[in-house]
Amino acid sequence: MPFTPPPVDDVLAALTDRFGGIESSVFRGQTRVVVPVEQAFETLGFLKDRGFDLLVDVTCVDYLDYRDSPMQMPACGGHRYGLIYLLASTTTNQRLTLRVFVDDPRPTVPSATPLWEAANWLEREVWDLFGVRFEGHPDLRRLVMPEEFTAHPLRKDYPLQGRGERHNFPVITRENS
Amino acid sequence: MAVADGAKLHLPENVVVSRLDELANWCRKNSLWPMPFATACCGIELMATGASKHDLARFGAEVFRFSPRQCDLMIVAGRVVMKMLPVLQRIWLQMHEPKWCISMGACASTGGVFDTYAVVQGIDRFIPVDMYVPGCPPRPEQLIQAIIDLQDKIQREGTITGREFDTASRQARKRALVEIIDPMGLDASRNPVLQRELAANAESFVAGS
Amino acid sequence: MADAVATAESRKPKAGENAATRSEDYLWTLNFGPQHPATHTTLRIVLKLEGERVVDAIPEMGYLHSGFEKIGEHLTFNQYVTVTDRMNYISPMANNVAWHHAVETLLGIDLTPRCKVTRTIIAELARISDHLLCNGAVGLDTGAFTFFLYGFYQREVIYDIFETLCGARFTNSYTRVGGASHDFTPLVIEKIRTFVKTFPKTLNDMERLLTRNRIFVDRTKGVGVLTKEEATNRGATGPVARASGVARDLRKDEPYLAYADYDFNVCCATAGDCYARYLVRMEEMRQSLRIVTQAVENIPAGPINVGIDERTALPTKQQVYSTIEGTISHFELSMSNRGFEVPTEECYASIEAPNGELGFYLAGDGNETAYRARCRPPSVLHFALFPHLIRGHTLSDLVAVLGSLNIIAAELDR
Repeated sequence: MPFTPPPVDDVLAALTDRFGGIESSVFRGQTRVVVPVEQAFETLGFLKDRGFDLLVDVTCVDYLDYRDSPMQMPACGGHRYGLIYLLASTTTNQRLTLRVFVDDPRPTVPSATPLWEAANWLEREVWDLFGVRFEGHPDLRRLVMPEEFTAHPLRKDYPLQGRGERHNFPVITRENS
Repeated sequence: MAVADGAKLHLPENVVVSRLDELANWCRKNSLWPMPFATACCGIELMATGASKHDLARFGAEVFRFSPRQCDLMIVAGRVVMKMLPVLQRIWLQMHEPKWCISMGACASTGGVFDTYAVVQGIDRFIPVDMYVPGCPPRPEQLIQAIIDLQDKIQREGTITGREFDTASRQARKRALVEIIDPMGLDASRNPVLQRELAANAESFVAGS
Repeated sequence: MADAVATAESRKPKAGENAATRSEDYLWTLNFGPQHPATHTTLRIVLKLEGERVVDAIPEMGYLHSGFEKIGEHLTFNQYVTVTDRMNYISPMANNVAWHHAVETLLGIDLTPRCKVTRTIIAELARISDHLLCNGAVGLDTGAFTFFLYGFYQREVIYDIFETLCGARFTNSYTRVGGASHDFTPLVIEKIRTFVKTFPKTLNDMERLLTRNRIFVDRTKGVGVLTKEEATNRGATGPVARASGVARDLRKDEPYLAYADYDFNVCCATAGDCYARYLVRMEEMRQSLRIVTQAVENIPAGPINVGIDERTALPTKQQVYSTIEGTISHFELSMSNRGFEVPTEECYASIEAPNGELGFYLAGDGNETAYRARCRPPSVLHFALFPHLIRGHTLSDLVAVLGSLNIIAAELDR
């Protein structure tokens, strides 16, 4: 039988006590909780104090194509970027997924770096590839793309083959080498 | 002592006659010191080629010096992304002449599996390459075959002054993959057959027919 | 020894850099550039040295970023496994297993018992292969070339097993949705048995070379110490975290495949330095060998792919030509506008890869290609640890620490 992680009902109850109604769902045994941007940092801090000491991943999904598709996903609720925080507890082995939705003109989210140092580079990568800014991040600059690169490649409106940046270099032939 | 005997010159057994170019080529080809520019998976096969089962040192490539000033063969093993390309070019320029380049693997030769925004589709767009090794990753035996073929090329074409690098064929840019701009052959300006057809039937294209 | 390429150019000032509290005039900038002799391929560290002592290290990555996650949005699940091979290329089987574990979690597929056991065996062989290379690289970078060659020879034996199994030495792309591309043949099982018999002797030889070697111990003990709280806060997982005392191993905590059926120990240490990481990896190889020994004697019979009712794995030719269900299933899977049904949901699944917790976050949208295929790479978090570990140590400790973290550039940059 595939493994199902330990239940997080006590955590959900504590979250509801603290923050009021929390939208949560379960899929394949994994619990996902949607949190508005304003409450994101507080919720993360609360969860860290409750024992979720390992930040597994910080990532983002660009729902640009979802919003217009006939299969209206329950997932994104009309927003463009869904930030995902995967948390785990090394003591109780519980896992929880936190989703924060932000939108286009200036997608900004408070940084989780003060809580987990692991968030430092993970958030830099989300900034680099998606363009979501993190307020309070000590060093927000590009991680995987070159510093001079201007676009945010993993957005859905950026083509797979790029826009010609990959071949924009001088050529060295035998005579000038 | 050599004894002239009419048409033939008899040489004692301990004398070899050759041209200086060939002697230089023989020395160079048998002591190619590779500079491993190993970026990705092909780098592991490069290390495996240098390890004990497929030993590259048998072919003279004894030392994998990591300094470009001490090497003459650059083996680009693995995909080169646009952030890495200026580094590759700088290392190539820092190597001393005579120098050769082997593009190992599909990614270095043509971009391989990765036709994406970040990967350079073939280092031969930006660096002169002498030998391509296909494969993803190529087996160590394939890399050894490439080194042997490069040794043959050096022996055939090399000169002591490096004049072979000035020939037109070496100066011309070559690509592992030739881009086909017009796969269906519909662009008349590039297609001589179509041009002839059009010229022959020019009268029948007059309005009204 | 670090033949690091020194450049006399001054570094571009980077935004947000911590200004050293001491005067900058005494610090020398050394660029441990993307091309360097340590066998960890393309990563760059800009070091600020005071004599030989490292005051600060600013790592830079992205020199191998190939857009894997973007490719994941254009290839089907069975095509993308070829790309996952090229992530952690030291143990590609583990990446394949991780990717298909995530896909099968999303699709809700339960594997056949035979497939679970065979995937366990190849995942453990990949773990042995990875640790041989990682420890070999630590040995090579600190000067022990023989150790590296011994390890590499055993890796060739493992490559031979994989080649007999599926035709490729590494970059195997062995797993498929609901099963695998090739089944275990008796020859493969024979080769695994031979490996299991001969490997302990080599492992003992390798241990005799380095474990109590005065030079190696002096170079790695007390170097790059990572405390337990720091390890969890900074997201370290796998041998790096276990060597600091974090007793978390997904094979025991969240058992996947057939790990619940086998008897093995989780290796931990408390010191958290390079020597502890080396010892943890050596011991993990022995435990992996234990798992393989138990597993290879008890491979369940039966099909390796899930049944044709699940409509995920291609049916056998026998079924295609003689049963109507087989024909339909083959048609449904092969035609490009059909294929298997993917729920429009998101999920995350991870395995205990040799490097740490390797997970994939998948968002499905009904098509055969993922909407978002995110790889959670352990190497990124380990590389972010690096400046914290190296501060205060000397230049020669740098390669020992970098080697012990097992940073694979392709997994780092994706």
